[in-house]
Amino acid sequence: MIRVENVSKSFTLHNQGAVVIPVMSGGELSVAKGECVALTGASGAGKSTLMRMIYGNYLTAAGRIMVGDLDVARASPREILMLRRHVLGYVSQFLRVVPRVATLDVVAEPLRAVGRSEAEARDRARELLAQLNIPERLWQLSPTTFSGGEQQRVNIARGFAHPYPVLLLDEPTASLDATNRATVLALIEEAKARGTAIVGIFHDEAAREQICDREVDVTRFTPGMAA
Amino acid sequence: MTPLLQVEDIAKYYGTRIGCTGVSFDLYPGEVMGIVGESGSGKSTLLNTLAGHLTPDRGAVRFDTRADGLRDTVTMSEPERRMLSRTDWAFVHQHARDGLRMNVSAGGNVGERLMAVGARHYGKIRATASDWLGRVEINEDRIDDRPASFSGGMQQRLQIARNLVTGPRLVFMDEPTGGLDVSVQARLLDLLRNLVREMGLSAIIVTHDLAVVRLLADRLMVMKDGHVVESGLTDQVLDDPQHGYTQLLVSSVLQV
Repeated sequence: MIRVENVSKSFTLHNQGAVVIPVMSGGELSVAKGECVALTGASGAGKSTLMRMIYGNYLTAAGRIMVGDLDVARASPREILMLRRHVLGYVSQFLRVVPRVATLDVVAEPLRAVGRSEAEARDRARELLAQLNIPERLWQLSPTTFSGGEQQRVNIARGFAHPYPVLLLDEPTASLDATNRATVLALIEEAKARGTAIVGIFHDEAAREQICDREVDVTRFTPGMAA
Repeated sequence: MTPLLQVEDIAKYYGTRIGCTGVSFDLYPGEVMGIVGESGSGKSTLLNTLAGHLTPDRGAVRFDTRADGLRDTVTMSEPERRMLSRTDWAFVHQHARDGLRMNVSAGGNVGERLMAVGARHYGKIRATASDWLGRVEINEDRIDDRPASFSGGMQQRLQIARNLVTGPRLVFMDEPTGGLDVSVQARLLDLLRNLVREMGLSAIIVTHDLAVVRLLADRLMVMKDGHVVESGLTDQVLDDPQHGYTQLLVSSVLQV
């Protein structure tokens, strides 16, 4: 489902003496249906960078990033938007929402975006919020005022609302207690069983061992850091 | 899929000064495009040129009309363009008073646009107006009040109701949340997002507020000195800006 071939990336800081910082070269990754691959490497090695490139959030300087039939490195904004709506999900570490929107609607939104009815989308949202132990009295409130852990669970609920064939997970179990952590891992297992291709960053080693089929050390692709 | 709006090499000069130049893009149904840049960058000139308020010195603005498909609105006759701006197009001004008739009741402001497209039945017009006031969260019992007695946020919501009542397909917005305090802004953003999704609207939004475009716009164009210096997916342009000016713009935002 995902095939990353020989990708490179650098940042040019125009306002700081046009310094060029190469952050990746020769990046390779391939993830099959139902497979979960963990990106590993020290902080700053480029795990998040690679993930953001797959999502189309960072531009790719060279190489190919195939997600399904689409080369994200060359796709138009419109194609990436369609891909993100139907195929490619992303659970980031930060929740970014319009203030004032109820948690229930925040979680239901990805389903509304693919054309599901409001009732159906909300039912699924309720199910996920209950599963992730977000107290029902909070569902009508905006998540912007929630604690860090609660926000993260809302983010996860949102990421799993629509059954994306490809999922990118950035530290999905960080700052969760044991019960919620187990729930999230179960959700990931479920997605794998359905055939979802998953790329994740997990600092939680036990979690990584439990659900990931392989690890890819991105240090190999870090310019000047190759071991 | 046919683009709803096809902009090709638009240029507008003020004498020898550049208003905007060399702007081309396609906008598809349901897409929201943001245009950002500092004051004087040409973003409002571009918006007004696209909306037919200014005549471009060069270029084409093709709109996918219901009757005849893609038509160049620049060379279209004035009555045709006026009809378009009353039906399929809408324009939300930064200052609500520029888009509203301040001495006509709230219901009248909404109903007037319906009458402009041929509605004549008073009861139906009033019912539609009342429905729309509800949708933009203005209490129904204010229907006979003049907008002058409304708060800034309410005036802005009324302007949006007046614009959307005829079911346009393309909405131009010039700093729609500018000048409103932040809690009112959030409410307006929420409202706009829902309307865009429910009605399948396309929109072009000019703003200098990067937080607003991140939440509202699918795509983003960055303007400087009348030129588009960068464009792409909104989150990509904001998180991985390529042009020096965009980098400056993004890094200059104060963190809360």
